[in-house]
Amino acid sequence: MSESTLSQPTKGVVSLTPDELETPPLSLGQLTWRRFRRHKMAIFGSVILLLIMIYAFGGMLVFSEADANRTETGARLQAPSREHPFGTDTIGRDILARTIYGGQISIFIGLTAMVVEMVLGISIGAMAGYFGGKLDSVLMRFTEAVLIIPQIFLLLVMAKYFAQSIPNIKVIGRTLSGSVLVIIFVIGITSWPYLARIVRAQFLSVKENDFILAARATGTSTRDIIFRHILPNSIAPIIVAATLSVAAAITLEAYISFLGLGVRPPTATWGNMLEGAYNYVDSAWWLWFFPGLLIALIVLSINFLGDGLRDALDPHSRAI
Amino acid sequence: MGIDSERILEINNLRTRFHIAEGTVYAVNGVSFSLNQGETIGVVGESGCGKSVTMLSIMGLIPIPPGDIASGEALFRGRDLLKITDSEMEQIRGKDIAMVFQDPMTALNPVLSIGRQLGEPLRVHLGMNKEAVRQRSIELLEQVGIPDPAHRLSEYPHQLSGGQRQRAMIAMALACVPSILIADEPTTALDVTIQAQIVELVQRFRDQMAMSVIWITHDLGVVAEIAERVLVMYAGFIVEEALVDDLYEDPRHPYTLALLAALPRVDRRRDHRLLSIPGAPPNLLVQPKGCPFAARCELVFDRCREEMPPLIEVAGNHQAACWFDVTTGMPR
Repeated sequence: MSESTLSQPTKGVVSLTPDELETPPLSLGQLTWRRFRRHKMAIFGSVILLLIMIYAFGGMLVFSEADANRTETGARLQAPSREHPFGTDTIGRDILARTIYGGQISIFIGLTAMVVEMVLGISIGAMAGYFGGKLDSVLMRFTEAVLIIPQIFLLLVMAKYFAQSIPNIKVIGRTLSGSVLVIIFVIGITSWPYLARIVRAQFLSVKENDFILAARATGTSTRDIIFRHILPNSIAPIIVAATLSVAAAITLEAYISFLGLGVRPPTATWGNMLEGAYNYVDSAWWLWFFPGLLIALIVLSINFLGDGLRDALDPHSRAI
Repeated sequence: MGIDSERILEINNLRTRFHIAEGTVYAVNGVSFSLNQGETIGVVGESGCGKSVTMLSIMGLIPIPPGDIASGEALFRGRDLLKITDSEMEQIRGKDIAMVFQDPMTALNPVLSIGRQLGEPLRVHLGMNKEAVRQRSIELLEQVGIPDPAHRLSEYPHQLSGGQRQRAMIAMALACVPSILIADEPTTALDVTIQAQIVELVQRFRDQMAMSVIWITHDLGVVAEIAERVLVMYAGFIVEEALVDDLYEDPRHPYTLALLAALPRVDRRRDHRLLSIPGAPPNLLVQPKGCPFAARCELVFDRCREEMPPLIEVAGNHQAACWFDVTTGMPR
C-alpha cells in the first residue's frame, strides 16, 4: 500500500452531523428494555402472566364472589360442561369461578409475602453488609440459623400456631379469612434469609466504590449512603430475587393449603382447591387439573420473567 | 507563613495504622503540618507513601476497624476533628472541608444523575429547596465550565467525558464554598491539556473564595505551578517541608534530590536515560526503625538505620529529616 492512500482518506473519519451529536444516549432503563425484549422466553412469560392477571381480575366482571362460594349439593363433582366449564367440586361449587377468586388470593399472597420478605431481607442484609464487624456476624449467624431449619417445617408449625383465632378481614373490597394474613406473614418471615444474603453481598462490594467515599466526603449521612447511594446500585439482583420470590410464595401457599394448614375455606386459593382434590385424583381430574395448571403456569411464567430480568439488568452484559 | 494569616488547620503527630490479617500496616507515622487561610500546600511522594491516608484520616473517612488512628490531633479552627462525633464531622465534610478525588470515572455514582449528586451537599448542608438547588447547580456547572448546564443536570456520569466529570466533582466540592479543599491527585487520571485546565480552575476558585488548598500529587510539575509550600512524604513520614522555590532550588533531603533528578526534562538530550531511584519503598508492615529511606539512600551511614532523624529547621522556613547536611555531604 502506498503512502498516499494511507494519508489521504477519501472521507473524514469522524463525520457526525449536528443532529447525530444531539441524539441522547440510551438511559439505563432503555438499555434494560432493549435487552429484555430480545429474551424470547421472558416475553413469553410476561404475556402468560398478563393473561393470568386478566383472568383472575377480569373474571370478577363475569362471576360474583357469591358464585364462587355457592354450594349446589345437587351438582356435586360434575365434569366440565356448558354450565360449568371447569366442572364442580365436592360440594357443587363452580371451579371456574373459584379459580378466578382463588387466583386473586394466590397472587395477592405472592405479592405481599414478597413485600414482607423484601423489607426484612433488605434491612437485615443492608445492615450486615454496610456496618460489618460484630453486627454482621450476629445478623448472619441469625440468618443461617433461620436458613438451616427446613422452611416447610417452619411454615407448618407457624401456620398451625398462629392460625388459632384470626378474625376475617377486608382487603380489596373482599372479605377474606384471616388465615390469609397468617400465611403472608409466615411465608414472609421464613423466606427472607436468601434475600438478606444477596443484599449483604451486594452492599459489601458496592460500599467499597470510590463514589461512596466521595459521597461521604461531601457529608452525606449514613442513611442517605445506604438508601440513596448503595441500594440503587444493588437493585438489579434484588429485583430478580423479588420476582422469583413471588413465584416461590405462590408455591409455598399451595403447599401449606394443600396440607390443610393454609387459607381456610370458604376463601378459595389455588392451593386449598387442590386440598379437596386429593381423594379424587382418578375419578374427578378437573378438581386438581385447573388450579394445578394455573399454579404451574404462573410459577413458570414468573421464573421466565425473572430470568429475562436477570440478563437484562446485568450491568456486565454488553449485549444490546 | 511570615504573613499573619489565620492558621486554619493544624495537624500534630498524626499516626494512622491498619490492623489486617498479615499484621499492622504503619501507614502514617507522626505527621505534623499546618495550613493557613488562603494558602496552597502541595503534598508529594510516590504511591503508598501515606498522602491519601493522611487526608482521609483528617476527614474521618478511614474505616475503623481495620483502620486505627493511634495518636495525633487535627485542629480545624481550633477544634480537633479526630475527637468530634460522626454527626458533627458530617456537618464539616463537604461544607467546611471538601475533597476532590483522583479518578473522576469512579468517584461519581453511576446510577444517580449529575443534578442529584451535585445537589446533595446543597440539600444536606444549606437546606436549600428543590428550585434553589437547581438554580445553584446550574450556576456551579457554568462556573466550572461545563457547557449547557441545565441540560447536563439530568444526565448520568457515563454521558460526560473524564474532564467534564472532574469539573462536576469540583463543582460538587465547591458547592458550599468550603474553607479547605483537599484535592487528592485530581489530575492524575486526566490527560495533560485537561490537567492544565483543572489546575487553572482550582486556582481561580481558590483566589475568588480565599480558600486553602491541599493538593496531593506525585507530579512535581503541577506542584510548582499551584503550591506555595510543599510537603514531601515518604513511607508515612514527612521528610522535607519547604517553600516551593526553595524545594526546587535547594532540596535538603536525599529523597527529594532523587525525586528531582528523576524528573524528565525538556532541556536534556533526548538520548539521556531517565533516572530512577533504585530499590522500592519499605514494607509498611514492619514497624519503622531508623530512616525509612536508608535502604535506597546514597548517603546512608550507621545512624540512619538505627534512629529516625527528626524534622529539623535546615534554613528559613525549610525543614528536612536527615542526619546528613546534603549541602556539605557531612553528617550533622
